[in-house]
Amino acid sequence: MMMIVSVAAVAALGLVLGWLLGLASQWLGATVDPVVERITEALPGSQCGQCGYPGCAQAAAAVAAGSAPVTLCPPGGRAVAEKLAEIIGTAFDPGNVPDRGPLLARVRTDYCIGCSRCIKSCPTDAILGATKQLHVVLGEACIGCGACAEVCPTGGIDLEGIPVTLRNWRWHKPGLGKA
Amino acid sequence: MKIFRFRGGIHPEGNKDPTACHPIARLPLPKRLYIPLQQHIGEPAAPEVKVGQHVLKGQRLARHQGSVSAPVHAPTSGTVVAIGDHMAPHPSGLPVQTITLESDGEECWVATEPAVDPFSLSRAEVSARVRDAGIVGLGGAAFPAAVKLDAGNRHPIETLIINGGECEPYLTCDDRLMREGAGYVVEGVRLIASGLGARRTVIAIEDNKPEALEAMRAAAAAHPGITVLRVPSRYPMGSEKQLVSTVTGLEIPAGKLSAEIGVSVHNVGTALAVCRAVRFAKPLVSRVVTMGGGAIRNPRNVVVPIGTPVADLVEFCGGFTVTPSRVLMGGPMMGQVLPGLEAPVVKGTSGIIALTAAEAHAASQRACLHCGRCVDVCPVGLVPLDLAARVRAGRIDDAAELGMGDCLSCGCCAYVCPAHLPLAHLFNYAKGEIAARREAQRKAEDTRKLAEARRLRLAAEIAAKAARRSARSSDNVEIGS
Repeated sequence: MMMIVSVAAVAALGLVLGWLLGLASQWLGATVDPVVERITEALPGSQCGQCGYPGCAQAAAAVAAGSAPVTLCPPGGRAVAEKLAEIIGTAFDPGNVPDRGPLLARVRTDYCIGCSRCIKSCPTDAILGATKQLHVVLGEACIGCGACAEVCPTGGIDLEGIPVTLRNWRWHKPGLGKA
Repeated sequence: MKIFRFRGGIHPEGNKDPTACHPIARLPLPKRLYIPLQQHIGEPAAPEVKVGQHVLKGQRLARHQGSVSAPVHAPTSGTVVAIGDHMAPHPSGLPVQTITLESDGEECWVATEPAVDPFSLSRAEVSARVRDAGIVGLGGAAFPAAVKLDAGNRHPIETLIINGGECEPYLTCDDRLMREGAGYVVEGVRLIASGLGARRTVIAIEDNKPEALEAMRAAAAAHPGITVLRVPSRYPMGSEKQLVSTVTGLEIPAGKLSAEIGVSVHNVGTALAVCRAVRFAKPLVSRVVTMGGGAIRNPRNVVVPIGTPVADLVEFCGGFTVTPSRVLMGGPMMGQVLPGLEAPVVKGTSGIIALTAAEAHAASQRACLHCGRCVDVCPVGLVPLDLAARVRAGRIDDAAELGMGDCLSCGCCAYVCPAHLPLAHLFNYAKGEIAARREAQRKAEDTRKLAEARRLRLAAEIAAKAARRSARSSDNVEIGS
């Protein structure tokens, strides 16, 4: 009997509070700025935190408010910076943005102790392995954010540039005299 | 037959006489051959021989993998001495996976299937033989030929066009091939036509090759379905899109394949290789290469085993008269600078052109005059000067919107530019940049999906934990009551 009463009481409480929350979100809910929404779309969305903000949504809000530069996103590089500049309508000189190119994390096999901390920290689930087993990074899924390198207790994760092969080699920009 | 005109184009000096007048020579067997596993567009071939293994001529060294790919075969008998990196015939000078074969000098053929009447084979059998022989487009693009034949199953092919244009200056390998092997070429053409189910066949040859035209007309006279068409000499006549509009008057829409408008284009060299593959079951292990340019002592056409180092070929042609200012693989308009003479000849190598400083026309660039000559000559109707201004300013997306993706890299604009702007180089850079951005875009979309999947997984884990806890606590309550 006592159990039924307690279950019913908690259920009723839940319903009432839920209804109150629903009403509050309708009247008091924060409306999302469409500009912020577009910026969030343009950002990689991996919540890696390299820009210094906790996630992409906060970074987008900062860019929209003008308190952060359009070049804040390191994994996005020049292409994302250009898109952000277009969305908020600022002038932007792409020549001044260092485009260091994408990076990949690599586990040093002789350093890995199989602690699995990097696995838990990875925002895209790009690290495979299990406790006391060697971990390995899936290059296709890695975004080079470096979250894993930060938590690794043995410093056994390096960030490296993607090696140039015949498949991803591109022509360099020709030197041009004055226009 | 009515001939249509394509817009733009140029008339560069042909420089074909020094090589066109000599019969095709045969290269003595080189000591070592370097056979790259990626000589075609698509997936690289997967090796199926081991280091130290003895192989026979024509034996398959690596099989095709994936839908767009081609196998590679041993160009001679000998021993596999290495499988690893070797310089690719590519301007980057980067290495490519390569099988190194030391020849034993025996030229001992592997047992091939018996020769058959090729016209008794079904369309699928023709296509399978072409695929197994490792045939790719020999005009230079090196697209697997069987994939093009199979496209005939999805799109009905009205017209087969055989490309004997050879509009690039200096190159004469197709010219000599048509003069010396017209009968085999025509048989290959008929096989491609039956493999595609094409209703009519046109062999298009530029009017600067009268002997080849004559030879091909004589060889095709007995076959009423084949028309040998004399087309004007105008660069880039040998480009697929321009040749299709010249012959049919149809334009291939941007981003579409020629098969989608019922046309298929194959090179004359490819036709010869198809004939050898289907009639004699012989894989593609050699090709004709034009050794030209002012710096080559004895310019001529040579039959070369695939994988021959360019240095061996240069030596066979008497070496260089002067140090070349530039050595190109392919023609001077669209050819690629060779990073070194140790790079091998591959299936798509139509020529090795060693240019003297006078031929290379290196000139310092000046400012754009806005004269508009590049606009007049652009065969796809782009405005190169506008594109160049945008690419130079780093506005790649704007350039893409102006049709950068339709650029053929034919180099007509750079050829006529009085300010000597490196327009073709600039546009190659822009196209690479567009591809890199598309790749980054794809990666960003994947990342978003992965991040979302992780969020759902974590949420599910938390929910599962909560459910377990509540189940446990309700058990406890039951026991307590």
